[in-house]
Formats: sequence, C-alpha cells, structure tokens
Amino acid sequence: MDIIVCVKRVPFTQEVDLEIDKSGKSIVTDGLAYVINDWDGYAVEEAILLKERIGGNVIAVTVGSEDDEEVLRRALAMGADRAIRIDTCGRSLDGLVVAKAVAAAIKGFPLDLVLTGVQADDDNQAVVGIMLAEIMGLSHAAVVRGIEPEEGSLKVRVELEGGIDEIRQVKLPALLTIQSGINEPRYVSVMGIRKAAKKELKVIGIDELGLSEADLALATEIEEVYLPPETGGAEMLSGDPSKLARAVIEIMRRKGVAV
Amino acid sequence: MGDILVFVEHRSVSLREVSLQIISKADELATKLAGRLTAVVLAAKADFLPSDFSSRADRLIVVEDERFSDFDFTAAAEVISKIIKEQSPHLVMMGHTPWGMDLGPALSVRTGLPLSTDCVDITLDGTRVKTVRQLYGGKLFARVSFRDDSKGCIITVRPGSFPVAASCGRKGELVRIENAANLPASSSRFIEYLDTGAGEIDITQAELLVSIGRGVGEKERIEEIRELAGLLGGVVSCSRPVVDRGWLPKYHQVGTSGKSVKPKVYLALGISGAFQHVAGIAGAGTVIAVNKDKKAPIFRVADYGVVEDLFAFSDALKEELGK
Ligand SMILES: Cc1cc2nc3c(=O)[nH]c(=O)nc-3n(C[C@H](O)[C@H](O)[C@H](O)COP(=O)(O)OP(=O)(O)OC[C@H]3O[C@@H](n4cnc5c(N)ncnc54)[C@H](O)[C@@H]3O)c2cc1C
Ligand SMILES: Nc1ncnc2c1ncn2[C@@H]1O[C@H](COP(=O)(O)O)[C@@H](O)[C@H]1O
Repeated sequence: MDIIVCVKRVPFTQEVDLEIDKSGKSIVTDGLAYVINDWDGYAVEEAILLKERIGGNVIAVTVGSEDDEEVLRRALAMGADRAIRIDTCGRSLDGLVVAKAVAAAIKGFPLDLVLTGVQADDDNQAVVGIMLAEIMGLSHAAVVRGIEPEEGSLKVRVELEGGIDEIRQVKLPALLTIQSGINEPRYVSVMGIRKAAKKELKVIGIDELGLSEADLALATEIEEVYLPPETGGAEMLSGDPSKLARAVIEIMRRKGVAV
Repeated sequence: MGDILVFVEHRSVSLREVSLQIISKADELATKLAGRLTAVVLAAKADFLPSDFSSRADRLIVVEDERFSDFDFTAAAEVISKIIKEQSPHLVMMGHTPWGMDLGPALSVRTGLPLSTDCVDITLDGTRVKTVRQLYGGKLFARVSFRDDSKGCIITVRPGSFPVAASCGRKGELVRIENAANLPASSSRFIEYLDTGAGEIDITQAELLVSIGRGVGEKERIEEIRELAGLLGGVVSCSRPVVDRGWLPKYHQVGTSGKSVKPKVYLALGISGAFQHVAGIAGAGTVIAVNKDKKAPIFRVADYGVVEDLFAFSDALKEELGK
C-alpha cells in the first residue's frame, strides 16, 4: 500500500504566556518549543503499522520552513521511507493553499491512501485533509480511529459524538483524517532520528509547483488575535497546598458533597 | 441577497441539538440581513422533525432518499452543492461536528466558497460576515474575515456556541424532494453504529468526579489519584489523552466524544480545558480546576481555580482528609 502522510510542526504552548506580536495578527514565536502536531504522530504511526502489516511505501510530507524538517526526520525515524518538504518561499498560507500545494507535489505518485491529522494543534481548523482529498478526487472520511484494510477498500471506524462510533466502508484510493488514540505512536530516540538522516528528504519550493497566483491567494484573513478576556473566570484560591486543600474541602462540603 | 442556508443533522431518527443552535443563530443573522433562511434536511423520511421546526425557517428543503437514513457523504455533498449553486446563499452554516468536518471543507472546494471552521461567534460588518474562532486550544481568539465573499461563504459552528431560540416565527414553506435523481455512486457505505460508552462504572451518575488530564504525566501515578478519589468518596474520570494513551478505559472519558457529566462538584486536575472537554461538564454544579499553568483555558470556565502542581495539591488534600 502506497501511503502519503502529512505532518505539521506546531508550537507547544502549555505553561506559556502567549504574547501578541506587533502586527496584532499572530503571536510572538521566539523562544517557543516546537513539537510534531499530536494528531500527526498518530497518523504517521498508523501509516507505518499498515506498511508493516501489508507492505508498501510511506512518504511523509510537510509544508513549511527548514526548521520544520524536524518533524519529517521524526517521521523517517518512525519508519517512513522518504520525506518531502514543500518550502513556503516566504509566503503566508492558509489551509486551502497547503492542500493545493501538497496535491501538486504528490501528483502522479502511486497512491492508495493519504493520512492527515484531524486538526493541527495551533490553528485548530481541521480543513487541510478533506480539502486535499477533494482536490485529488479521493474518497474520504474525517475523525477516524480505526482502520481495517479490505480488498479495494478500508473498513474504518469514524468517531462521532457521545461515545458512538460509526463503522463505514471507504473505497480506495482514500484520504482519512486520523483521530488521536487510534494507536500508540512509537518512541523514537535522538539516535534513531540521527540515523534516519540518511533517508531521502527532498525539498520543493511552493513556487515551483505550477500553482498560479490565484491558487496561492488566501481565502480568509485573520484581522486580529486577542487574548481571552481576563474577567468572568474562576475565583482563584491562593495559599500553600494545605491551605488550598482546606479551602477546596470547604467548597465541596458547601456544595453538598459529603467529604 | 442575505440568504442563509443551514444543513440540518440527524442521527438514529432524531434531530441533533447542534442544528437547532445553528438555526437559532441563523435566524438572528437572517433578520439583520433581511434575507431568507433555508434549512436543508436530508433523510430517508423526515418524520422526526419537531412540529414547530418549519417555523424556524422560511423554507425547508427536505430531500428524502434511502441513502440519507445515515450520513452518506457523496450524496449529501452532491445535493448540497447543487442547492448552493442554484440559490447562491450569502452564508452556508453547519455544525463543526465529525460530519460537518467532512462536509464543510469538501463543499468549500466544490463550490469555491471560502470557509471558516469551528466558529464560536459570527458577526456582521454591514452585510459582510466575520467569525470568531479560537487558536491554540482556546489560549487565543481570532477575528477572521473572508477575502472574497462576493459569492458567499461557509461556516462550521462549534456545538454549544449559541442557545436554542424558543421560536422563530418564520413561514416555513416546505419543499419536498423525494428520491433525488442522479446521485453519483457513493464512495463510502455506512455499516453500523457502535456504542463504546458502557463500562464498569458510570461517571454520569457520580456526585463528585475527580478528573485527570494529560497533566498526570504517566499511568503509574493515576493510582495516587484513585486513592484521593477514594478518600473523597468520588469517582475518577478523565480527559481524552488519558484514554488515548490507554491509561484508563474509554468509559471514564468526559467530553464531546466521551460523556456529558453532571456531578455536584467536578475537580479537574491537569486538564487544559479544550472545548471538546468542557462541553462535557456544562451540567456540573461546581467546577474546581487545578493546573500549573495560570493561563490554562479551564480557568475561564471553572468556578474556582488553583494554580499548583496537581500532585502537591493531591498530597495536601489527602493529608487534610486524614486529619
Ligand atoms: C473531534 C475531537 C473530539 C474530542 N473529544 C474529546 C473529549 O471527548 N474529551 C476530551 O477531554 N478531549 C477531547 N478532544 C481533545 C481535546 O481537543 C484536547 O486535546 C484534550 O481535551 C486535552 O486534554 P488535556 O487537557 O488532558 O491535555 P492538555 O491539553 O495536554 O493539558 C494538560 C494540562 O495539564 C497541565 N499540567 C501539566 N502538568 C501538570 C501538573 N503536574 N500539575 C498540574 N497541571 C499540570 C498543563 O498546564 C495543561 O494545561 C477531542 C478532540 C477532537 C478533535
Ligand atoms: N503545513 C502543513 N504541512 C503538512 N501537513 C499539514 C500542514 N498543515 C496541516 N497539515 C495536515 O492537515 C491536518 C489538519 O490541519 P488543519 O486543517 O490545519 O487543522 C494536520 O493534522 C496535518 O496532518
């Protein structure tokens, strides 16, 4: 099975005070640590598991800058055969442009399956996967947490709300957006990542893909970003842990919980 | 001009709440835009619609076909893109649900209309539609506009963002299309629904939930929280990553893809407060959140907040309870 898996590098923002940059349209990214988008880790693992089970070839793709190659090297260390980085050539992109770029870069490749994450942890849009499928004319399913290969199709488990899953048969070639928890992404060591540096990592500029300026035009625009309003939130308790503990016990009792 | 089209979801012969929320917001927007509101229902038989449903739209397009007894992407996308092309609505709305996450981006590519997803608010600047959405799991908000919305735009709406209006008082002309003709062969086929929710304990009945998130760090340390819950007489629940990692079975999970809970007190330990999680605790009496990150979004929905290492807090709580 020939599989393409899309990966994105995203900033890790826990315990970070986000700061808005001068443009007012994005955050200051200096000093932030970066990780592979959580959902993409599951997508890469799923691609490798399918390859290990039924054979095939896995190509990891990212659209980004040189720094973003880090996530490709991680995917290679996990078992992808080769990697492609589409350089942004200094352009700002949105989901649709990313999808068009990936579609153009992998056009003509032998392909049975494309995997992406359900959503990226930074923009939380959940659009790139399905847009890519539509551009390429692939069948698709979003929010998948189980894949069972069959002859010419896949039996997939789509996660709906409230603990309900839907079992669906999807014809190949297909694109699935992968939900967290579908597998347990394997651990890769620094050593493993270093070894994987021998594998092919090809770089193509987004400007070399034959996309027109109209193709590269953004459909949406962030007018401004802002931090959530400080007011209206929780009443913050303060003190050392034992004082906090006493306060919380007191609240629980007041709210009718017998502790 | 100013017309709005809403895609209505149903499952197991029952209308979904999110669609009522969206149509209520659409009603407000359509009034401001002086446009017509059209609801599209694709079903095998649309007899599950509440009797007052048609008064929520100016026009109700019901397409009845066996293929719509469950979600059939191919047929749904075909029918809706055709309606969009015929009617050129100013705005197309649907839920940011697993089905909407499939349909929204696909319709955007097929119709060429720009898309904004997972929107928590929609505003009008004259007749131009703008959205508010969250980034970084709710740590940042963004106001988004469409570069070129001259032909319309598509929005997927986060469930729970808008209340359901009591009534809308629209005229509700019914257009019924049976057996939509010439639907292309489906690229996927519905097989069955599976309920993954049942388990040994039922977190929906607990009066006190001690809920852990990814902040618990490793499986081995969950035992410490179990002890705490035992001392408090509460039940352990969790956020999704705890289940994803196999640390607790799925029936402990709170949230949109887990369970909605209604304890008197919900104690959240090391949970950031992503919307898919907090949607599940809307019915909780009091929410107390413990998190190392003072900017964690959970503090915006909690009643009480504690900025502390969850284990330091848990140890102190155990000590106090032991006294
Ligand atoms: C379609 C879909 C459905 C989903 N359904 C659900 C669902 O049903 N339920 C659900 O929960 N999620 C769901 N999610 C996932 C959701 O978006 C978040 O990823 C998830 O809720 C995050 O869980 P968390 O808060 O435990 O982890 P994180 O976001 O990683 O947060 C961990 C928190 O712990 C804090 N922390 C770390 N260490 C400590 C410490 N020692 N002491 C105190 N605090 C600490 C950190 O500051 C951080 O705030 C869904 C996502 C999608 C896309
Ligand atoms: N710049 C990118 N490069 C490669 N893949 C991406 C990129 N952006 C998004 N994706 C893929 O699309 C998925 C959904 O992202 P998004 O639509 O941005 O929320 C991610 O999980 C990735 O698999």
